[in-house]
Amino acid sequence: MSTETVNLSDRGEGSQDQISGEIQAKHAEYRQKLDAGASPSVQPDLDFAPYRSSILRHPTKNLRHVDPEEIELASPAFGHTDVAELESNLTIVHSGEPLGERMVVQGRLLDGEGRPVRNQLVEVWQANAAGRYIHKRDQHPAPIDPNFTGAGRCLTDDDGWYRFLTIKPGAYPWKNHRNAWRPAHIHFSVFGTAFTQRIVTQMYFPGDPLFPLDPIYNSIVDQDARDRLVANFDHNLTSPEWALGYRWDIVLTGSKSTWVEPEGDEA
Amino acid sequence: MSPNASKLSPTPGQTVGPFFGYALPYDGGENLVPPHHRESVRLHGYVYDGDGDPIPDALLEIWQADQHGNIPRQEGSLHRDGYTFTGFGRAATDAAGHYQFSTVVPGYKDGSGKAPFIAAAVFSRGLMNKLHTRIYLPDHASRHAADPFLSSLEPEELSTVVAARAEDGSLQHDIHLQGVRETVFLAFD
Ligand SMILES: [Fe+2]
Repeated sequence: MSTETVNLSDRGEGSQDQISGEIQAKHAEYRQKLDAGASPSVQPDLDFAPYRSSILRHPTKNLRHVDPEEIELASPAFGHTDVAELESNLTIVHSGEPLGERMVVQGRLLDGEGRPVRNQLVEVWQANAAGRYIHKRDQHPAPIDPNFTGAGRCLTDDDGWYRFLTIKPGAYPWKNHRNAWRPAHIHFSVFGTAFTQRIVTQMYFPGDPLFPLDPIYNSIVDQDARDRLVANFDHNLTSPEWALGYRWDIVLTGSKSTWVEPEGDEA
Repeated sequence: MSPNASKLSPTPGQTVGPFFGYALPYDGGENLVPPHHRESVRLHGYVYDGDGDPIPDALLEIWQADQHGNIPRQEGSLHRDGYTFTGFGRAATDAAGHYQFSTVVPGYKDGSGKAPFIAAAVFSRGLMNKLHTRIYLPDHASRHAADPFLSSLEPEELSTVVAARAEDGSLQHDIHLQGVRETVFLAFD
């Protein structure tokens, strides 16, 4: 194990000012390329040094462009054998109610043409209201909530909707640099009709003051693309005396070959 | 519902982070077939970073056809019944950066001319977005020369997408996120 890696990725060297400066430089460089006629970037930069752990974990060669083969244009089938209805409710896993702001997060899974993607698996995991994960690797001194695990699953319905009942996660510290804090987020893992559309991402909350400071969020160098990870507060989704509501739609990547697949082939 | 006339921009990916371990891996995730299944083969290896150090917090997913080249349509990957082949598996690397699956060698349909492979998606803390790659099988070496993708690769690239048959009969396949032995990762057109 190289000690250099440990220094950079786990020991939290460097100040927030330094990291923020690096982020701003990366974004300025991107805007220059845009002005010079480059097309907008829609995914995070894999090589984004302000996130220290990415330094040794990004490919340095260009991704190889290929036409997807038949297996890659298909995806595993998930159904009610796999996921129980109750798994979308993260607040009823234990005998008591978790602490925090109860909230509904729901949205639609869409393909690049805006069509609903049905019967696909959506998995989420998140910190508790105090910003602590149940994961043993999370050792920061915020309380564990004995009534909150923070993992859920559901399948999208016939109109592509997913819906979770949970509590709002807290921001949490990490060791990327000194005094580093992640904006509150929920991790999402989603399948599409093609394995090529597989996505793992994070959903954020509107107006978070930690946005400009966070190297993970800012690894997406395009502001419009970053905005796509931020949910909207939606009063129509709130329930009186019960839960706040957030709306967040997920759009899968399209490969030209996936768009001509027949619809309605779910078993 | 009215299909949107203009194409929507995709939701960007983000790193899987360090804390997926209690949420994404599940019991039996790595066993596409039970390890003692008559046709089972162990597919295993390490995931490495650019220093050649193993990565203890990576996650691999594989998706493949069955022995006859049929693409599975059966559900049940998350709750294996021990009989149904669903074609999907998920395994996290252990503390030593090692992963393993129990699966079958995917077959092929005559006439395609292409070599069959196991599709793989790689996730890791520190990796900003998923990466796709393919795991071809040494069993099909005779088809590799004619495969348009494989024949487009340099010899040192080819070895990063073809598993090796170990002496114990298992399939060995390492993933290198970076470095001289960097795995060939894919972008789909
Ligand atoms: Fe997180």
